[in-house]
Amino acid sequence: MRHLIDILELSLTELEELVLVASDIIDNPSKYSEKCKGKKLATLFFEPSTRTRLSFEAAMYELGGNVLTMADASSSSASKGESVADTAKMISCYADIIAMRHPKEGAPLVASKNATIPVINAGDGGHHHPTQTLADLLTIHREKGRFDNLTIGLCGDLKFGRTVHSLIHAMSRYKNINFVLISPEELRVPEYVKNIIVDAGHSFKEVKSLDESMAELDILYMTRVQRERFFNEEEYLRLKDSYILTTDKLNLAKEDLVIMHPLPRVNEISVAVDNDKRACYFKQALYGKYMRMALILKLLEIK
Amino acid sequence: MNIDSIKNGFVIDHIKAGKGMEIYRLLKLKKLSCPVAMIMSAQSEKMGKKDVIKIDGDIDLDLHILGYVDPDVTVNVIKDSVIVEKKKILLPEKLTDIIFCKNPRCITSCEQELSHEFVLADKPRRIYRCIYCDAEA
Repeated sequence: MRHLIDILELSLTELEELVLVASDIIDNPSKYSEKCKGKKLATLFFEPSTRTRLSFEAAMYELGGNVLTMADASSSSASKGESVADTAKMISCYADIIAMRHPKEGAPLVASKNATIPVINAGDGGHHHPTQTLADLLTIHREKGRFDNLTIGLCGDLKFGRTVHSLIHAMSRYKNINFVLISPEELRVPEYVKNIIVDAGHSFKEVKSLDESMAELDILYMTRVQRERFFNEEEYLRLKDSYILTTDKLNLAKEDLVIMHPLPRVNEISVAVDNDKRACYFKQALYGKYMRMALILKLLEIK
Repeated sequence: MNIDSIKNGFVIDHIKAGKGMEIYRLLKLKKLSCPVAMIMSAQSEKMGKKDVIKIDGDIDLDLHILGYVDPDVTVNVIKDSVIVEKKKILLPEKLTDIIFCKNPRCITSCEQELSHEFVLADKPRRIYRCIYCDAEA
């Protein structure tokens, strides 16, 4: 039985397989519409997240399966003091697969050690968010047709942004990747993430302005500065509007730039950018659903 | 100061001065029924000052954690008053409930029954990371 807690648990071959299955789902949705008939996905979300939960639920429904979900975490057993381990054991009695989001880092790993069914990490605090990375990878593959020889700009909250860390991890495994890390000094990528880039033999540079490196980017990955990751409200307010992508700034960019964002967006991408053909963030959300479908099939060992 | 030689047991030597008590605690030597001698700030030609622990008992001791505390220590195994083995100290691959995760966002910060497990993530840099949140020890 397999779980997915960290994107690195998937080999490059497995990632390639998931991309192929997801692409086949896009091309032949009817072929997959009953693959999970009789199966149940439990979505255990201990912190608010509308889109990831809905994406998982839509994925399961489109595979012909059913979904068990909690109305909200405050009414769950966790609020009565139940441990993650006990919750995982209990849910294993009712469902076939779990998608778990939890504010505490490592909670899905604890669940996977105790569940008798596959557990998917749907985000654990500021730590991992592997299915977002799967969405990102499918977007890169569909839009650029390759995973190597890319200059990837990551912009915004690179300190707490788990999607950024996971994407750096994942892309560092491919050849000839050049990272441009665009953030204020306070929100720079942590040292250990930089070590991953260096250890993989790639280069990176840290810049403070979005304009500085725009012209060289193949991919621009924008992120939101998230209020919930800050202990200090003042620091959040000071940094939240640090980097905003506008149509003016895009004048400097390549014609085939791919603009990505894990969503939700607040104001870091101006709405006018949505009409630019290079804006791929809503497509990225759609690709996320297809990758979650492919992942559910893989973990449930359904061909 | 003089402490008699031991017949069967271990001598943990070349401990950095001041680290002896930490090793005493981590190896849970307090729980042993055999005699244990702790020599602190002994004179050493190589180190200036050092700590030494002598354990007078033929017991099974998990010495792996020594590598985490002080990789330069030497461990001599004594049988019938003779050194029969000099154990090589390696960095342990895994540490369970030896060090504790300080990340307030880690699941171990709120679920008390969980063991604090760390794995050796970077051998040359001697970096251990929490298996749950990847925080550095």
